[in-house]
Amino acid sequence: MEDAGFIVGSYAVALGAIAVYAWRVLARARRATADLPEDAKPWT
Amino acid sequence: MTTPSTGTRATRALGGSALGGVGWLLAFGLGFSPSDRNQAESVRILYVHVPSAWLAYLAFVVTAVASGVYLFSKRHALGWDRLAGASAEVGVLFMGITLVTGMLWGRLTWGVFWEWDARLTTTAFLFVTYIGYLAVRRLGGTHEQRARRSAVIALLAVLEIPLVHWSVRLWRSLHQEATVLRPDGEVKMDGLMLFSLFVGIVAFTLLYVWLVIHRQRTMAAEDALEDRGLDAALAARRAEATTVEVG
Amino acid sequence: MAGLVARKDLRVEGRGRVALNQVLPFAFIVMVMFAFALERLPTPANTGDTLLELVAPGLIWLATLFSLLLLVQRSFAIEADDGALDALRVAGVDPVALFLGKASALAVQLAALEAVLLGAALLLYGTELRAGGVVLLVATWLTATCGLAAVGTLYGGLAAGARGRETLLPLLLLPVVAPVLIGATRAVEAALGIEDTAIADGWPWFGVVAVFAVAFGAGGVLAFGPLIDE
Repeated sequence: MEDAGFIVGSYAVALGAIAVYAWRVLARARRATADLPEDAKPWT
Repeated sequence: MTTPSTGTRATRALGGSALGGVGWLLAFGLGFSPSDRNQAESVRILYVHVPSAWLAYLAFVVTAVASGVYLFSKRHALGWDRLAGASAEVGVLFMGITLVTGMLWGRLTWGVFWEWDARLTTTAFLFVTYIGYLAVRRLGGTHEQRARRSAVIALLAVLEIPLVHWSVRLWRSLHQEATVLRPDGEVKMDGLMLFSLFVGIVAFTLLYVWLVIHRQRTMAAEDALEDRGLDAALAARRAEATTVEVG
Repeated sequence: MAGLVARKDLRVEGRGRVALNQVLPFAFIVMVMFAFALERLPTPANTGDTLLELVAPGLIWLATLFSLLLLVQRSFAIEADDGALDALRVAGVDPVALFLGKASALAVQLAALEAVLLGAALLLYGTELRAGGVVLLVATWLTATCGLAAVGTLYGGLAAGARGRETLLPLLLLPVVAPVLIGATRAVEAALGIEDTAIADGWPWFGVVAVFAVAFGAGGVLAFGPLIDE
């Protein structure tokens, strides 16, 4: 596989970007819900 | 007090499935699926690129529909606005991934990173348009103002897309010789290749739903925090005013 | 009412002459700088046109779009200075009339600017008019101007006012006007006979521009109110 770099790179970029975004969303979620009382969260 | 998060048992199950899907995608995309006759190994990129593109378009459709519902429904429930915003953000993410993986695939297949053909050009246009949409959401003001502004912008974008697509198609049809010389971009997929693509789509769809749910709940939490902050500030101001009067 | 708003805007311009004294020279400088960047001796085509002649229509519309950004910002800056936009709304001015009035005034300024830019191209780029293409040229000129003025007023209303918003205008506006850039450039190329393009080939492109103008004229009328309501 000569093009291995590009191929692996594509998967890395795609899954990496999603992972980074997911991490940031979860961190932001933690910050936002830290001070919120239970009743303000309609999903629980 | 339970650990602060936007997760529930359902979302944890969803997240688990998504990770499982990603694992399958890696296994099939990078391992089990065969190489293509014409495109050799570069076809593997398509197992990531095509699902990413589909989910990006789906995300923008969701944004448009949610914006419409917010604007034209009687209740103007902000949940729709938050769904529109969350979906647009995830859509921009997937659109970026589509463009980058597309460029890498193009480099392998065509020898160039970019082609000014109708599809790519319209995709790039969409990407920039929704970045603009996200910028409009950050203009500030009340939640309702944000919701109404971005809903209008989203619907204008929807109006705009067929116009752009049409004009770019017409424009690129002038340059037929360029596409004739290039090897066909369409890949005939069968059996294991189609299955790998399917795995990719399922995995990305699970990821999309998981991301949108968490992003939207985070927005709801942030909006609620802001409302409380505002209430607290107003209450403090009122208390201040009465004490001044008395004193 | 729309007429009053339009006349007011044009009178402000008449007195202040900002478009005349600042935007027009800017547009002209842009045309000159295009020549610095693009004028080169070897001619790429066999029809004897220089590179500048070949790309002149595109450059005219590009310079127009950059100037549009300035004109739109100016159009709303005159309101923001005294909170006039809010005052007009509070006074009960119909947003549709406000939109049509401002868009009309903008269209007048824009049309004049485009005419000057065409003149600049005739002078600087060696562009030549041809008699058969004049109808297409004028039709494109007027229709594109209407579309650009509508879209500019619409997004200008959103990007106006609060600090940190003005830089949003180019990001929002330039992608949106892409169909006009593509369509109007190709239409003018046909009208001028660049690379021996037939005039008939230009009319479908005019169609693109016309649809855009109608779509965003209507869209602007509907969306302007909700967008500027604060």
